[in-house]
Amino acid sequence: MINLLRYLKNFKFSIGVSLLLIAIRALAELYLPTLSADMVNIGIVNRDIEYILHVGSWMLIITAAGIAAFILAGYLSSKATAGFARILREEVFSRVESFSLQEFDRFGTASLINRTTNDITQVQNFLVFALRMIVMVPILGAGCIVLAFSRDAILALVFVVVTPVILAVIFFFMRQGLPLFKIMQEKLDRLNLIVREGLTGIRVIRAFNRDSYEKQRFERANFEYAATGLRVNRLMEAMTPLITLIMNLSIIAIVWFGGIRIDLGFTNVGDLMAFIQYAMQVLYSFIAISRMFLIIPRATASAARINEVLNTKPQILDGPAEKQPQDQKTRGHVEFKDVTFRYPEAKRPVLRNISFRAGPGEVTAIIGSTGSGKSTLVHLMLRLYDVDSGSILIDGVDVREMPQKSLREKISFVPQKTILFSGTILDNICYGREDAGSEEVLRAAEIAQAMEFISEMKDGFSSPVAQGGKNLSGGQRQRLAIARALLKKADIYIFDDSFSALDYATEARLRRALAQEMAGATLFIISQRINTVKNADRIIVLDKGRIAGIGTHEELMASCDIYREIVVSQLSEEETA
Amino acid sequence: MSKEGRQSAIKAMPVRLGGRIMLSAPGKKAKNFKGTIMRLLQYLRPHSFSLLIVFALAVCGTVFSILGPKILGRATTLFFNGMMDRLRGVPDAGIDFELVGKIMLLLTGIYILSEAFNYLGQFIMAGVVQKIVYTMREEVYQKLTRLPLKFFDTYTHGEILSRVTNDMDLIGSTLGQSLTHLISSIVTVAGVMAMMLIISPAMTLIALLTLPLWYLITTKITRYSQKMFVDQQRELGELNSHIEEAYGGHIIVKSFGNEEKVIQRFKEINERLYDAGWRALFISGIIMPLINFVNNMGYVLVCIVGAVFVIQGRIAIGDMQAFIQYSRNFKEPIIQFANVANIIQATIAAAERVFELLDEEEEKADSPHALTLFAPRGEVKFENVTFGYSADATLIKNMNIAVKAGQTVAIVGPTGAGKTTLVNLLMRFYEISGGRITIDGIDIREIKRGTLRGIFGMVLQDTWLFQGTIRDNIAYGKEGATDEEIRRAAAAARADHFIRTLPGGYDTVLNEEASNISQGQKQLLTIARAILADPAILILDEATSNVDTRTELLIQKAMADLMKGRTSFVIAHRLSTIKDADMILVMNEGEVVEKGTNAELLALNGFYAALHKSRFAVEEAI
Repeated sequence: MINLLRYLKNFKFSIGVSLLLIAIRALAELYLPTLSADMVNIGIVNRDIEYILHVGSWMLIITAAGIAAFILAGYLSSKATAGFARILREEVFSRVESFSLQEFDRFGTASLINRTTNDITQVQNFLVFALRMIVMVPILGAGCIVLAFSRDAILALVFVVVTPVILAVIFFFMRQGLPLFKIMQEKLDRLNLIVREGLTGIRVIRAFNRDSYEKQRFERANFEYAATGLRVNRLMEAMTPLITLIMNLSIIAIVWFGGIRIDLGFTNVGDLMAFIQYAMQVLYSFIAISRMFLIIPRATASAARINEVLNTKPQILDGPAEKQPQDQKTRGHVEFKDVTFRYPEAKRPVLRNISFRAGPGEVTAIIGSTGSGKSTLVHLMLRLYDVDSGSILIDGVDVREMPQKSLREKISFVPQKTILFSGTILDNICYGREDAGSEEVLRAAEIAQAMEFISEMKDGFSSPVAQGGKNLSGGQRQRLAIARALLKKADIYIFDDSFSALDYATEARLRRALAQEMAGATLFIISQRINTVKNADRIIVLDKGRIAGIGTHEELMASCDIYREIVVSQLSEEETA
Repeated sequence: MSKEGRQSAIKAMPVRLGGRIMLSAPGKKAKNFKGTIMRLLQYLRPHSFSLLIVFALAVCGTVFSILGPKILGRATTLFFNGMMDRLRGVPDAGIDFELVGKIMLLLTGIYILSEAFNYLGQFIMAGVVQKIVYTMREEVYQKLTRLPLKFFDTYTHGEILSRVTNDMDLIGSTLGQSLTHLISSIVTVAGVMAMMLIISPAMTLIALLTLPLWYLITTKITRYSQKMFVDQQRELGELNSHIEEAYGGHIIVKSFGNEEKVIQRFKEINERLYDAGWRALFISGIIMPLINFVNNMGYVLVCIVGAVFVIQGRIAIGDMQAFIQYSRNFKEPIIQFANVANIIQATIAAAERVFELLDEEEEKADSPHALTLFAPRGEVKFENVTFGYSADATLIKNMNIAVKAGQTVAIVGPTGAGKTTLVNLLMRFYEISGGRITIDGIDIREIKRGTLRGIFGMVLQDTWLFQGTIRDNIAYGKEGATDEEIRRAAAAARADHFIRTLPGGYDTVLNEEASNISQGQKQLLTIARAILADPAILILDEATSNVDTRTELLIQKAMADLMKGRTSFVIAHRLSTIKDADMILVMNEGEVVEKGTNAELLALNGFYAALHKSRFAVEEAI
């Protein structure tokens, strides 16, 4: 938490002034009972109406000054806390944007979203609360105690008795309540899980007639959640009456002992009345403090999660600035030299001793079973991860020796999982090049076989794409992602299993168009389908992270067992003749 | 801070702890406020006796706590008079401690009773509320089981889920806290008002002078602050969806080198959020102090007038002290009203959403004469079947097909051609709008849904497994299956081997996303599940993506075994399946465009022929 407060330093002045103003307001609040005591002790006792009016107008002035101070303080602190949250959010967001997949995977998307949104809101809420309370409450509490002792030190001993009792009560409820709240959250999570499973699996549940089984699961979870909720409520509801009771009893004690003190002549009625008001303030301070105990753990947990992001430095750093611009002929060359890569915390390398070359005008296909490292291989080319040993050269330069931006400008990529952004179809296609001319857009859509469905849509290229492209079918999404990659002018194009949602006819047309239109580029196609890869200039067969064979379809059929096995498995029962 | 204020401060705690901060959700106004309240009250009715007791306890507790200051004031008066008498030199003057003692005892009793009543009321209320929420949640869940699939295809899971949990929790906490709070607030206002009038009508009038100011603050500023909060919420929503997209598409942002553009956009929204945010913070932060300020002015006025009245002998000093306490006490509940009103607004909106769900049209009830036992051979017929998801878009028109028991029907078509439609119709997840579907000559509408669905086995590409052991997941296909049956089904599905290599074997617990086993292994498990269920008719999806070739081979073999002797509808991807099929249904854009055998369709030289050519030309060449 303390760590994050460094982002407050731009607001030092506003915060300092607002704390001062809040202190002023606290003092004003304290002064009121004192004045009212004077009103009784001097005004009423002496029957001096003029004095009463005089003190009364002072009270009004002080009240007004208090509120003015507070409003100004509120203005300053609101701007400071909102500004703090803005800076923090920006820091976290830009940091995440700088992460390579290596750091990104460590947190996971959902967790990072949470850290950038909810966690920062938590910390901000705490700060708002802290600025309002942390100064106000101690000043009020301490001030009351000092004033109470100065009025009548003996009577003030009531505080000495009551304070530990109240603290013990608060401590007891925290101690009992907090674990229960945790259990309740777990039960709620369980309930959520069961309902969510029921929703996603609805067809299966109904097909298997397992409604009653699901109902039992739900009933049990629902019952447990309700039972825990009841326990929590019944426990926590006791806290209010108990604390109120203690307060009221201590007021009775003050009045009783105060009466004795008045009788003995040590104090007077006005002081006693002021005393009761001080007591109320002190007790209220305790409650405010106990609330702080509830907020602090959540805020610190959030702060820790935010710090974790901020303390994570991206491992992948830019190479030295631009080397000499490449001339036309040498662009699009890729070379893997004995590349080995292991995911952090993985036991075995996912890629081992990978070496190959690819050049412009060539189609390189990569085939292999899941987990054989196909996607990892192209991710390394994009330098989304760094290799452990060996090197990857693009146009003769190690990818670590150039800025990431210029590396990625050379490569256009369609990832395995299609990702679209909310906006229009056009926005999505132009994601890589906003300045593209309409002819180029049309051509990219044409090659990607996307024209047909786009033109059938009501608004054509301006049709909206929902978040994640949910309003499009899998095949449509894939074709848009391909069009997007094609529009970006690059030397190297990578299609990572990007045809899987297309039917064979569309895929065949797409591949034909690619071969014609992208003749000068370096193409990488990853697939599990023999059909997709068999016409490539070079097929790389990956098996458990190693290259099991490189060559054309015919060469591999002759020489590579694993390749043949894949071919047979896919065409086994067909007339392989 | 008066007692009411303190109470609300403490009461706010459990709510915050649970992580459900009760805020009136902007823009979520109820449509039919009155109707929804009446309906919500229906749920309270069975508990009316308990509720009556709760209300009685709340009233008693509040009344007792109202008596407190007045009685306490009597002690102060005794002190003051004693002291004044002594000042004036009255002989034997002093404080009557016997009387004070009695007053103190009375007070102690009253305070203890008051809080005891309060707690007892809350204790009973908590039980009632949990029961009500439990029943409502149960009712919603039951309702979900009766809703047609159309409902689940229309609403997102998040929407439905939030009705079962969030909305329900909001209803619960409102019933539990705001309701009793409302009652004690009303009693407090009335009681305090009465006590103030008893002490001094003139001073009461002065105390009420601040009311208009106060009204102005709560209505005007609250309205303004709500507007600010709506603004803030909107910007926050936009920022959140931007973050979600940027993080979700991290790999694309990176590979297209668009980091700076994304950050730029973030900064723009963040700036707007800051602007709306500090305003909302500021306005919401000054409401309470402003109200406090008005209260303090009232306090000062009451002090001045009270002091003058005491001097004039119109009221006792203890009464002045009591009056000061009352004048503070009596505004807090009114402040609470504004709060409670917002919470109730949000709650009614939540209740309305829940009721909306409860009012959704259900699946047509099974006819009373529907068959409950039915073991068909597996003959399926479509007679003049017409169907569309909406009335204006007919997908299937007058379709006639006849499948004999044990035959295989291949469903072929481009992706997204709506092959699930067939599943929806066969299992009667959706109702056809014309014609009839029969199994062994019996209209499926004459069969109980449960029985009908038991006839089918389904192995789809999106495997559904739940959190639980592998054993439980396979046994899902048959209630009360023995371990031996489960093992045999797994063996037949070629899953036994991999299951036994897992550290926990059959007791391995699949996690929420079932990400601890591979996609192919999941598919094998669903096949095992279908084998164990031993259905007469199968619906299979041949598609296997993200599956390695060896596992794919296993899946093919297991599927082939499963299909032996059963009528099968196969969403076909493999040429051999299609060629061997007894009938091919060609679908496009959700419509059945052609049907027949491979030879017939090729001869037709239509959509299928074109599809066949592009798709299998290469395969056949090998």
